[in-house]
Amino acid sequence: MAFVPHTASDVSQMLATIGAGSIDALFDEIPANLRVGGLPGIPPALSEMQISRLMERRAGQDAIELNFIGAGAYEHHIPAAVWQIATRGEFYSAYTPYQAEASQGTLQLIYEYQTMISGLTGLPISNASLYDGASALAEAVLMAVRANRRSKSRRILLPRSVNPRYRSVTRAIVASQGIELIELDFDAATGRMDPAALKAYEGQDITAVVVPQPNFFGVLEEADALTDWAHAQGAQVIAVVNPVSLALLKPPGEWGEAGADMVVGDGQPLGAPLSSGGPYFGFMCCRKEHARQMPGRIVGRTIDADGKPGFVLTLQAREQHIRRSKATSNICTNQGLVVTAATIHMALLGPEGLERVAASSMANTQQLAERLTAAGFELAFSGERFHEVAIRLGQDARGVLARMADHGVLGGYALGEDYAGMDDVVLVCATETKTSEDLDTYVNALQASV
Amino acid sequence: MSEVPGELKYCQSHEWVRKEADGSLTVGISDHAQALLGDLVFVETPEVGASFAAGDACAVVESVKAASDVYAPVAGEVLAVNEDLADSPEAVNNEPYGAGWIFRLQPADAAAVDALLDAATYTAHIESEG
Repeated sequence: MAFVPHTASDVSQMLATIGAGSIDALFDEIPANLRVGGLPGIPPALSEMQISRLMERRAGQDAIELNFIGAGAYEHHIPAAVWQIATRGEFYSAYTPYQAEASQGTLQLIYEYQTMISGLTGLPISNASLYDGASALAEAVLMAVRANRRSKSRRILLPRSVNPRYRSVTRAIVASQGIELIELDFDAATGRMDPAALKAYEGQDITAVVVPQPNFFGVLEEADALTDWAHAQGAQVIAVVNPVSLALLKPPGEWGEAGADMVVGDGQPLGAPLSSGGPYFGFMCCRKEHARQMPGRIVGRTIDADGKPGFVLTLQAREQHIRRSKATSNICTNQGLVVTAATIHMALLGPEGLERVAASSMANTQQLAERLTAAGFELAFSGERFHEVAIRLGQDARGVLARMADHGVLGGYALGEDYAGMDDVVLVCATETKTSEDLDTYVNALQASV
Repeated sequence: MSEVPGELKYCQSHEWVRKEADGSLTVGISDHAQALLGDLVFVETPEVGASFAAGDACAVVESVKAASDVYAPVAGEVLAVNEDLADSPEAVNNEPYGAGWIFRLQPADAAAVDALLDAATYTAHIESEG
């Protein structure tokens, strides 16, 4: 732990220098109702020894080895070389290393990252990352409003089968900007959007439709039909995808007749450990004609005056130093280190490796679903899935999950947290990290816990 | 020294305006403005048929190191935009008062243009900006 002292006399000296009478006066600008006295679970100042103890105890909560929770963050095997390389000082010590005067190494890495993400999503333009998948979706909504000049409505169709966290972050970011987010229900039997449910919006002015694939329930949406429907209404399509799934599924750039217009998602499954929730990174791709509306920067490969290849910032139309008040790049600065890891991860796996990860994750989840149904449990949805499945338990899922934890198994995510009427449904994910024995352990732990 | 043609009107925000015979106005950015921005790489033109109030941002000129809004000099409706700028934004650098025009406006009030700066006042304005 770094030792950063600020004694009472340091503090009063700093306050005197800037002419503030007290810490309270310093934060006077912030309205009182926005200031929080204390945070739950965060104790007041502790000694170094006390804080070490506390953190060790809390780290222990992550020690349960068999993790079957997905719900937006996925456990995959990360080759040891990934973070060994990513944490070299050259990569992680430089401040804003993507600037024009940046090292060629960082620019080349971003170029390769953009090339790989473009390859996965099937759209030609990728930015250099955003904070996470949720903020990437919010930015895609804002970008759709900027890019779709035909639509005046600023209405976005946002299915309830999109990750609830993504929806709440998007709402928080765009709701006060005159943008209307309209929720669309899912079919209770299949778990996917019912294209018929869209009928109500036929012929209306809609700016964009968000299409999750797979959706939050792990179920595969009818992406082709949804894309074509949206385009027929003059709406753009924002795809929300899991990048690992793209090794198997059709890239969003090829959905329907014309393909999705924007693709966003969380890059965590590509080499970022779960780390109790972060840092992760968001990715974002778009069509060439919308490149100037996209937050962030694009690195290109070129040839210098001596004919030698080099990497440059080709497009930075929405950087602060260029767009000032209209800049959007402030929301994507900077997940560079996680992106570095993801790029190394993808390079080490290669397309075949990524496909094997995706295929065995899907096969393991399928296996688990079969063993669970054989054991008498019911699947909540009939729709086809990628590597996550919703199981109906017939009793409150939260209690069951707590008992499973006592058996050393993190059994999944209780969908009742976000969806009324689904208190007895648990969302389970089995990635390639799970063995056949692990799946048996899961079934046994579940049976012992219901 | 920037070129400031005497027959045009100007805005403090560096747009130039030419009164056409049919009463419409052609709008671009001044020689001074294009020189400040440097080599343009993109011009975002307004939509034909769109209406703007005087002072509304209605186009964007973008160089490698800057992007600036272009403002409607007077209230009006966009009659036409310079489609050629999509492929050759450098026309704004090369011929700011000719091939580099950006859009044409039908003014809501034909007299409004008279209130804009004349060449001498605009020259004094850019000199005062240093």
